[in-house]
Formats: sequence, C-alpha cells, structure tokens
Amino acid sequence: MSDAHAHDDHHHGPVTLQDGFGKWVMRWISTTNHKDLGTLYLWFSFIMFFVGGAMALVIRAELFEPGMQFVDPEFFNQMTAMHALIMIFGAVMPAFVGLANWMIPMMIGCSDLALPRVNNWGFWILPFAFTILLSTLLVPGGAPAAGWTMYPPLSLQTSNAFPMLIFAIHLMGISSITGAINVVVTILNMRAPGMTLLKMPLFVWTWLITAYLLIAVMPVLAGAVTMLLTDKYFATSFFSASGGGDPVMFQHIFWFFGHPEVYILILPAFGIVSTIIPTFARKSLFGYDSMVYATASIAFLSFIVWAHHMFTAGMPIAAELFFMFSTMLIAVPTGVKVFNWVATMWRGSMTFETPMLFAIAFVFLFTIGGFSGLMLAIAPVDFQYHDTYFVVAHFHYVLVPGAIFAIMGGVYYWLPKWTGVMYNETLGKWHFWLTTIFVNVTFFPMHFSGLAGMPRRIPDYAVQFADFNMIASIGAFGFGFSQLIFLWLVIQVAFFRKGEPATARVWEGAHGLEWTVPSPAPYHTFETPPVVSDAEVTAVHDEEDALRAH
Amino acid sequence: MNRLLMGLAGMLAAPMAFASKWNMPVGVTETSREVYDLHMLIFWICVWIGIGVFGVMFYSVFAHRKSKGAKPADFHESTTVEIIWTVIPFVILIAMAIPAAGTLMRMEDVSGSEMTVKITGYQWMWEYEYLDSDVHFYSRLDRKSDEARQVGSDIDPTTVDNYLLEVDNRVVLPVDTKIRFLLTANDVLHAWWVPDLAIKKDAVPGFVRELWTKIDEPGVYRGQCAELCGRDHGFMPIVVEAVSKADYAKWVAKMGGKTASDAVVDAGTPAATAPTTGAGALYTDKENRVDSDKASDAAKPAAEPTQVASAELGKPALMDAGKKVYAQNCAACHQPNGKGMEAANFPSLHGAPIVKGDPKAQIQQILKGKGAMPPFAYLDDKQIASVITFTRNSWGNDSGVVQPADVKAQR
Repeated sequence: MSDAHAHDDHHHGPVTLQDGFGKWVMRWISTTNHKDLGTLYLWFSFIMFFVGGAMALVIRAELFEPGMQFVDPEFFNQMTAMHALIMIFGAVMPAFVGLANWMIPMMIGCSDLALPRVNNWGFWILPFAFTILLSTLLVPGGAPAAGWTMYPPLSLQTSNAFPMLIFAIHLMGISSITGAINVVVTILNMRAPGMTLLKMPLFVWTWLITAYLLIAVMPVLAGAVTMLLTDKYFATSFFSASGGGDPVMFQHIFWFFGHPEVYILILPAFGIVSTIIPTFARKSLFGYDSMVYATASIAFLSFIVWAHHMFTAGMPIAAELFFMFSTMLIAVPTGVKVFNWVATMWRGSMTFETPMLFAIAFVFLFTIGGFSGLMLAIAPVDFQYHDTYFVVAHFHYVLVPGAIFAIMGGVYYWLPKWTGVMYNETLGKWHFWLTTIFVNVTFFPMHFSGLAGMPRRIPDYAVQFADFNMIASIGAFGFGFSQLIFLWLVIQVAFFRKGEPATARVWEGAHGLEWTVPSPAPYHTFETPPVVSDAEVTAVHDEEDALRAH
Repeated sequence: MNRLLMGLAGMLAAPMAFASKWNMPVGVTETSREVYDLHMLIFWICVWIGIGVFGVMFYSVFAHRKSKGAKPADFHESTTVEIIWTVIPFVILIAMAIPAAGTLMRMEDVSGSEMTVKITGYQWMWEYEYLDSDVHFYSRLDRKSDEARQVGSDIDPTTVDNYLLEVDNRVVLPVDTKIRFLLTANDVLHAWWVPDLAIKKDAVPGFVRELWTKIDEPGVYRGQCAELCGRDHGFMPIVVEAVSKADYAKWVAKMGGKTASDAVVDAGTPAATAPTTGAGALYTDKENRVDSDKASDAAKPAAEPTQVASAELGKPALMDAGKKVYAQNCAACHQPNGKGMEAANFPSLHGAPIVKGDPKAQIQQILKGKGAMPPFAYLDDKQIASVITFTRNSWGNDSGVVQPADVKAQR
C-alpha cells in the first residue's frame, strides 16, 4: 500500500490525454477525486440541460399557434413529462452536486469528500439512469406521458416505459442519497481547524441542509413509485379504490417528497447567491446568522406544506386551512433572505461582472416567483390558479431565473478557479442579457394566459390564448439558442484554456479558503489542513467584532 | 363613432367566459367575485412590496457602485432591523389569511343546495346526471373543433367558433339556484373547472367530491378539464349554459328522462327521420339555437329508435350507425383510417386479431377496456353492436355482424 503510494508520488497531476486515450477514459471512469467528479457532474448536467431544453422547444413549437401542427397529443404529453424529469433530476440536481463536489472541500479546507468511492458510484449511476429514461422514447407505447408527478391511475396506463421509468427513478434516488450522505459526512467531520459551523460559507450551510432534505425525502419517492409498480404488476391496490386504496394517497406521498424536493432545487441556489453578492458588493453578507436560521426554517416548513399542491384534490376544510397558513408562513424566512441580500448590496461598492449580474437577476426574478407563490398559497384563489399556466409561470420563475441563474452565476464565479483562465467577459454579458430578456419573454406571458383560463399540459388551446403563446414560444427559442453562447464560452476556457490567466484571488472582493489556492486549483488541495484566518471567514458576527475591539 | 360605442358597450356587457385576456375573470357568482377580490388584494400587496424592495435594490445598484467611487460600508448585522422585517411580513400575512379563510369556508359549505348534478369524468368527455329531474347525457368536444384539432387537418382554428371550447351537449343550469355538484370519474383523474363560476375540483375515480355554485346571470360559461387525463386531456371542454328558472323547467321537460347521447347516434341512422347533414342533426345550427330548441332537437329523434334498439338490425344500418360511433369514440386513438398509431401504442384495426376473432372478446374489451383503452360500457347495446360491426367490416375486414342482443348478453 505504502509502496503504491510512493510510486504515485512522482506523478502529481491526473492522467491526461497525452498519457493515452484509454488511460484517460479510465481516469474519468475510476476517478475518486472530488474535482474530477465535480467536473463530470457539471458536464452531465450541461448535456441534460440541452436535452431537456430540446424537449421544451418541441412543446413550445407545438404551442406556437393554435391547432395541432407537429406532434400527436400523446407525444406532447411525453415531452412535458420527460422535460420535467430531465430538468429536475438530470440538470438542476446534478449541477448542484457538481458544485458541491468542487467547492465544499475547498471551502471548508479538506482534501476531498469523506467517501470518495461512494462519490464515484453516485455519479456513474446517473448516465445509466438517464439512458434508461431516455430510451423509453424508443419503446412501443413511447415515453412516460403522465407528467413528472406520475399521478395514478393515469400513470398506470403507461405501457412498456413504466418499469423503466420506475427503475430510472430508483437509480436517481440512490445517486442523490449517496451524494447527500457524502456532503453531510464531509461537512460534519472534515472541516479545517477553526472552521466552526457558524463560520462556514453560506453555500456549505445551504448544502448541509439540502443534504438532510434529500436523505429524508428521496426514500419517500422510492416508496411511492414502488407502490405504483406493485399496483401495476402485482395486483396491489394502494391507489385504486376498487381494492380499498385511494389515488389521492399517492399525491400525499408524492408531495411529501415533492415539496422538500423543490427546496432541494433552490436552497443551494440561495447559498451561491449569498456567496456572489458580498464579493461584488465588497461588503460582508448582511445577517449571516439569520440567513442560516432562515434556511433551516424553510427546510423545516417544507415538510408541513405539501398539500398546497393538491388543494383541488379534495380534503377536509381544517386541512385546507392548515396547509394554507403553513404555506403562507414560508414567505417570512424567504423575505428575510431577500431583505438580507438587498441590505448586503446597500452602501456596498458594487461592480457588475457576469456572476453578479446573474445574482442580481436572481434576487429580482426569484422574488417575482415568490410573489406568485404567495398568491398560490391562498387556497380559495388557488382553485382558480391550480393547473393553469399561472402555475407554470410560477415554478419556471423560481426554477429558471431562480435555480438555473444561480447555477450559471456560480459557474461564471468559479470557472477561473477551475480552469485557471478568465472567461470572455463580453460573451458572458451577452449571454446574461439575452438569457434574462428571453426568460421573461418566455415565462411572463404565461401569467396572463393562466389567469385568463389556459390549463397546463394541453397540446392545443382556444384561440384567445394565441398571442401570449406565440410570444412565449419566441422567447423559448431565444432562450434556448442563447445558451449556445454559454456552451461556447465554457468550451473556450475548459478545453482550450483561452483567456487571461486568472490570479489565485480572481475577484477583488472574494473571501474564502478556495481563493487561497492557485488558479487553476491543483488536483489535490488542502492535504494538510489550512489555517483559517479571519480574512477568509465570510461569516461575520457582531459578538466577535466586539471581542476584537476590546 | 356610434358603432364604436356600441361595440365597447357590447364588450363590457357580454357575459362571456374568458372575457379578459390579461386577468382572472370576475365571474358570475358571489364566490367568483370574492375570489377575484382576494386575488386582486394579494396582487396589489405583492406589487407594493415589490416596488419597495426592488426600489431599494435598484437604487443601490445605481448609487452604490464602485465606478461612482462608492466605498463599502462596514455594517453586517442589525437585530432591530431584522426583527422589523420579520414581524411586518407576518402581520401582512395575517391580514391576508383572515379574508382568505372566510372565503374558503363559504366555498366549502354545500348546505342548503336546491338541486344536485352528478358529474363523471371519462377519457375524454363528461357525463351529467341531474339527480332531481332524471336528465342524463354525455358531453364531449364539438365535432367541428374535433376535426380541426387533428394533426394535419389543415383547418384554421380561427374559423371554428369557440375552438376547443364548445361541446355537443351543454350543461343547462338555472340561475339564482344553489346547485350542488357531485363529482367523480370513471377511469383516471379529471378536474371540472369553469373559471366564471370559480369552482375547480378533481374528479377522483372511486370517490365522490362535492362542490357548489349559485349563478347570478344567464349566459354561456366555458371551461376545461384541468387535471392531466391522458392523450386528449386538452379536448374535453365544459360548457355551462345558465338560463332563467322558467327556461330551465322547460328544458327539463323537453329532456324528459331521455338521454341526449342516444339522440346523437340515432339522428344519423336510417331508423331516424332527422336530417343527416354533416355529422348529424345535432351538430347543425348550434350557435343560433336557444337552449329549449336544443333540447327538442336532442330529445325528439331519440324517442323512436330506442324502441327498436333491441330488435335485429340489418348490416347497412349497423354499419352506418357504427361509423358515427367510431368517429366519436374510437377515431381519436385508432384513427379515422383504422390504422392506429404505432408510436403511441394505439393498435391498427386492419386485420387485427380482435376484429377477426371471436366477437365475444371484442364486446368484452369494449365493455371493460384494456390497458390504455378505457371501458366504453356507457355506450348502449346498439351503439356497441354497430361500432363492432363497423370495425369488423371496414378496411378489408370481413368478420360478420354483431347484434345489440349479443352485447346485452355480455353486460
């Protein structure tokens, strides 16, 4: 063992293409390095982002005009279901895991994640899971078409794709749980001396809380889909009234997973934005402690609000009132976060590089999604909003200019650290402005068509919805093609290392351990724990300042 | 000028569904107005909070920038400020929650209803049973919309009146009456939604849900299924026609316990004397018809043929009737040419074992459904016999005739 280690010593870096193609491929398959796996997760997510996006464009092409022009209604339903599954489980979640892989060890000053082999396994499950899921498009009967929510009895009408869907979801769940366990174990055990919990960067905090949510709810999803499987193939009747079951029970179980899931998709985004804004405002994050407590409160509340997704499913009035009130409560900690971000900017010394632009757009547009969320919380009015394009507008506002803008901001922010070169700032700004304009052109009109009565998940619509749908479709294609700028920009720096060499600090106002290592970050960092100096602690507390003053 | 004013007045007065392109309809019930007011209240609260928060943020973005020489301040915490911006939103939320809870409780109170309509969702249509007056019919997408919405139909949807929002049989309801709906489904989840009445609830197979409305103004109110229910989820609209109590009584009398759906098929059979233009008598002249005329159209031709339904029928009669039943119930999946859609797993009926083999198996499958195919037991014996005869003798198939009695024997 020690011999093998000694043998490796002369070769500090990873295997590169110059060492031979086969060796290079094997490096990526067998890697246990958190940076390699972070890269793999991010590229995987990027590919899925384009696959899911292509499906969205099929949807928007069909909805460009009233009448059925391109696809059969059944295929349209397959596209809506697959678009959601791929974007949620294939694009957003792996992107956050990729960022966690890269950044958490570098932020808390440890050499790697606690369970590197589990980390490798967690990633390499995903290509198989999504190969299975995507191959359902080729089987007789086509892909799943009952929505990503898979409500029975409709989902039980899925033909050959059904067991493949269930198996793919099980695999995704295993991958998420392994990733989450790894994050928890790493954060709780491997912080550098002096990196106490309340000194951790907010991204680490939000991921710690997210990881607990994942561990709590992914098994619930696995249980729900397994019950669907046995209902279809093994004559159980969990969700069939004819055998004493209840279709609505599936919805309760699904959303007990589903609501924490939507916070899994947004809490790490909060962490990224809380990292970027202080850097470019050149000012400490306002209310660090309250940010941590607000994140924890949101996570707790996420477990007691699930039935607001199903106000129209029918439930006792007491339950409706409870879920309405608990849902409204979420506005309080979320408001605290938004106020804190604004207060961080207030009287700062701001510059507007691409990551900051994405972060500011996040605060603005995510808050608009929050407002429509508050409106949706009001149960009597939700009866009108439910299952309309108003809901589609709401969740796309929190997921696209919410989660995805934060991811893009994070990628721009850390890309120089990963690659050692500065990305092309002009291209970055083009990407930002086109994306921001088109995301609003796409999703803002959906508020109107939803309020005016257009149900979601329909392949064709009455002619009075034509204008807004045409605008949304134009926006969607603009948004989609704008992402090619992003792809080109990333390829330039990641593959060709084209750009100004990056300094270790990269950004003038950046603080944190990740900025103390050179750019690009060496293959192995912090093999001996760093000294956590005050300058690199992004969390600032009044008590300590008071102590320092004495 | 005069015409413009008239037009404006007409636009304001027209009690039409989907009147506003931009916002939720105010609707025509006390509930819908309350819901609209709540919606606007919360909307304006959000707007004002947004103006405040974004105002501060964008002021900061413009004023506190490095290029203007701004020096970063050093503050990063203030317990007072944080308590204020936790408490104030909480108070605003309570102010929203109180009226919302009141409206919600009124919406859920079905007591004191004067009549009951049972609604059943099917893939892909609605069944209505007026429990107090024994009126019963099915309501599905208008045939003109249905033709236009087929892929490659080349029919411009703008030329179809109320494209996708018209049905063959409207739900006629009296105004100023508290009406209770009992909602269920036959196959998968559906949701019954009419925006102008501000009621929406899921139809759950095996369970009955209650909702109610009390409509203030006569008019036609359109809605759609609001819960994904499979391939034709977008094609099962709801049309409520609210009429005065007197007109409603007339309508019920005309409908007199006969089902309108019988009329749909029988109108086109040789046994019926109704004209057979286009897709059948029921589909002509719809826009000009008042509710009571509609009922007579639907009910009259039904009287005669139902008596002969159990008798032996000739092959031409069965083929003719079956063709219409097929177009309305089967063609969406198996396609008008009977070739189905391989990609969507809708099998071709050309020489298929089910239409060549024992007719009992085919009757069974139509009554009970199979896989993605829903059960069609709600069709009557003659409808099922005719559509089976049609499929067994079309597209080169030649497998004999099935009589209504055969279907009856297998019920």
